[in-house]
Amino acid sequence: MLVAVIVFPGTNCEIDTKYAFEKLGQNVALVFHKEEQLPQGTDLVVLPGGFSYGDYLRSAAIAKFSPIMKAVIEFANRGGKVLGICNGFQMLVEARLLPGAMKRNENVHFISKFHPLKVINNNNTFLKKCTLNSLVNIPIAHGEGSYYIDEAGLKELYANEQVLLTYCDELGQVKNPNGSVDSIAGICNKAKNVFGLMPHPERAVERILGSDDGVKMLEGFIN
Amino acid sequence: MKVIVNIQLKDGVLDPQGKAVHHALTSLKFNEVNNVRIGKQIILDIDAPDINTAQARVEIMCDELLANTVIENYTIEFPSC
Repeated sequence: MLVAVIVFPGTNCEIDTKYAFEKLGQNVALVFHKEEQLPQGTDLVVLPGGFSYGDYLRSAAIAKFSPIMKAVIEFANRGGKVLGICNGFQMLVEARLLPGAMKRNENVHFISKFHPLKVINNNNTFLKKCTLNSLVNIPIAHGEGSYYIDEAGLKELYANEQVLLTYCDELGQVKNPNGSVDSIAGICNKAKNVFGLMPHPERAVERILGSDDGVKMLEGFIN
Repeated sequence: MKVIVNIQLKDGVLDPQGKAVHHALTSLKFNEVNNVRIGKQIILDIDAPDINTAQARVEIMCDELLANTVIENYTIEFPSC
């Protein structure tokens, strides 16, 4: 499988993301944002974490107009699989590939720590190797990760099994670090080929570094 | 032509910055403050033949980039006209 990891000015998780997918035995190409085409044979596009364009104006507001994004949007609209992590999730909502919007954390602080998540839906490529209602423990690191969607949009998300992950405590009880609507940490689009989450599975692939729960998440993309 | 764009979170969308500032003002005993909302102001200098054309162009700029209309409203002002 060929994974294209897109690098914007200010992206800082591309090497971790490359490492994680290579550890899973996949080929990874780092693709600079000024490219206009994805590498031939791309199976998965990953928009990694970071602070593209310094978070100027709004997180990911400017990245969505980078030359490569036209190709990424076309790829997604043709059914290609896209994963947005953290700043990548923000890009996907800014580019309207995913519904809703991202706001400043409710406590106005940048939060960087491991946080348990509950698997709300695994009927999709991304989380098919995770057990329903099980917990995964992976890091979050964001200042603008408060997911917002209006009531009608939220209903639609649930109706279409688009709510994938929510924040919780070690026992699986609701715990909301950033003020996200319904503690939502990750969603997908209606067609279930575009996935976004604020937490970082690529930072949790070695037990010696705290957790390898990210492995079974990213493995979902590998046939 | 000078154009001022004011961007605010929509009513009903919680503004955590405004809430934190409100809390700080209350700590400073400014108890008359009922609510604080924080927005941003973008000042543009643009070439346009008339205000209507400018207004139309800036609205497109706001919808495409300057505001995220999922959570934000914007107003456009022409201070020198």
